[in-house]
Amino acid sequence: MSNHIENDFGQSITEKSKVAKWINDRLPFVATIENTLFKHPYPKNLSYWWSFGSIAGIALVVQILSGLFLAMHYTPNTKMAFESVEHIMRDVNYGWLIRYIHAVGASMFFVALYAHIARGLYYGSYRAPRELLWWLGIVIFLATMGTAFMGYVLPWGQMSFWGATVITNLFSAIPVVGESIVSWLWGGFSVDNPTLNRFFVIHFLLPFVIIGIVLLHLVALHAVGSNNPSGVELKSKKDSIPFHPYFTIKDMVGFVGFFLVFGYFLFFYPNALGHPDNYIPANPMVTPAHIVPEWYFLPFYAILRAVPDKLGGVLMMFGAIILLFFLPYLDRSKIKSGALRPLFQKFFWLFIFNFVLLGYLGKSPAEGWYIWASRLATFYYYAYFLLILPQLPKFEKTLPEPESIDAHYRAKHKH
Amino acid sequence: MSESVKDEKRRKLLATTAYATAGVGAACAILPFIDSMNPAKDVAALASVEVDISNIKVGEEKKVMWRGKPIFVRRRNEAEIKAAQEVELSELRDPETDAQRVKPGKEEWLITIGICTHLGCIPIMGEGEYKGWFCPCHGSQYDTSARIRKGPAPKNLAVPPYEFVSDKIIKIG
Repeated sequence: MSNHIENDFGQSITEKSKVAKWINDRLPFVATIENTLFKHPYPKNLSYWWSFGSIAGIALVVQILSGLFLAMHYTPNTKMAFESVEHIMRDVNYGWLIRYIHAVGASMFFVALYAHIARGLYYGSYRAPRELLWWLGIVIFLATMGTAFMGYVLPWGQMSFWGATVITNLFSAIPVVGESIVSWLWGGFSVDNPTLNRFFVIHFLLPFVIIGIVLLHLVALHAVGSNNPSGVELKSKKDSIPFHPYFTIKDMVGFVGFFLVFGYFLFFYPNALGHPDNYIPANPMVTPAHIVPEWYFLPFYAILRAVPDKLGGVLMMFGAIILLFFLPYLDRSKIKSGALRPLFQKFFWLFIFNFVLLGYLGKSPAEGWYIWASRLATFYYYAYFLLILPQLPKFEKTLPEPESIDAHYRAKHKH
Repeated sequence: MSESVKDEKRRKLLATTAYATAGVGAACAILPFIDSMNPAKDVAALASVEVDISNIKVGEEKKVMWRGKPIFVRRRNEAEIKAAQEVELSELRDPETDAQRVKPGKEEWLITIGICTHLGCIPIMGEGEYKGWFCPCHGSQYDTSARIRKGPAPKNLAVPPYEFVSDKIIKIG
């Protein structure tokens, strides 16, 4: 096969267009954008697992756009919030569509985020020199969790109210100042109108903050380059291809797959990922029989409930995410990629299974064998990071690292 | 030469002083904004409610709202009072005698803030091993003096400030 196909991919837009050149000479962002978004070299062996970053990006855009239109009809007041959501569902033209896009979109965003994080865990994408890139990613994850939590409060249903009550009360576990912090968060003595009003404002603000952090995430990505399935860094020109058109087209395929799943839930099961109790207006005098958070918080909720002590449970739950920050130093393996570590793979997939199990346990009532299972699963979650990743390299035999990305690619595609 | 070094030092001191002053100023400027998120005066002023307790039968509970929180007004029967009084303090996680939690001569009436001290759910009356309250969220159990006995909650249900205006009316807050 000849690689010499006639194209003008090598030419830059300022060479192709006089208008672009005219603008760029006066406002030099055309070339900058082209270089960072289109010309940036990527390892040529990236698999579809690398699509979830841009999928999470498009999910963020979907949330911001649908949220903007919802905000035009929503009223952040305890007396009107629930009815304004019903007004959106019944009276606003296509309001049902926009709201379901936003609600299902939140779930889809987390699907993309979890897949993106899992890929990083498997291929060692958090290892030097990508520590800062990884940390920015965790900050995005935390900010997204905060945004999603506050967004779920806005419809002012029973789960909104009691979810907000339980989560804000987590801070009352802090010794001495806990109670004052909670009353400061509420702006009162319980979750009430001041709480709803500020949650709406912060829910509107945070996505734009997230965009800012995403830009930093991309700057860091371009400084250190993408990791790849081989775990070997870019060495020569032969290892890389420009983002455009190769990965723009590959990402489009990812988007199609993503929006198929999105559309499946959106048009056929828009309420499958929510809780029916949230269609009951908030009532501060009645607690629902089972308070469960949205599915994407369940594994962490299970960790909270596994610990029989209030402060201990809260610390273990937040610790489960804070632990991710230390990952670059906890993994002591000489090579990055999990694809070359057969023994590691067993523990990794057990970790994934364990995480899903924690999610199941978080949804189940806190009684009987569920409690012991969640304690065991919490133990494995922590052991994976604190025991297995640091100690495993002492015992495991790894496969040989390929000489280069190009060699890895050729071995895989036999040419 | 020596003079320029001296200048450097003076310049550095001036710069440090300026940064420090600006930093303190900025910190002070943030305070009113942070405090604006605390409970507003009208919220804090919703101080007291009066409750008619004449229609509560022995062994029953009435829930009323105070500061956006449910208040349990429970009229305990003989057995419940006795069970609450006989508990040894050493058995309790948050040790308080029953007498500390009710008004003298009014042992029949137990008035508590109906919010589980774990994560803020509303416990259900008369359920759980101690027949006080049971929290459905994470399984905390309270006795007939609303003291924590089992489960993740760290403290007893709080007793709000209240007084008997007459035999039939209490004022909470």
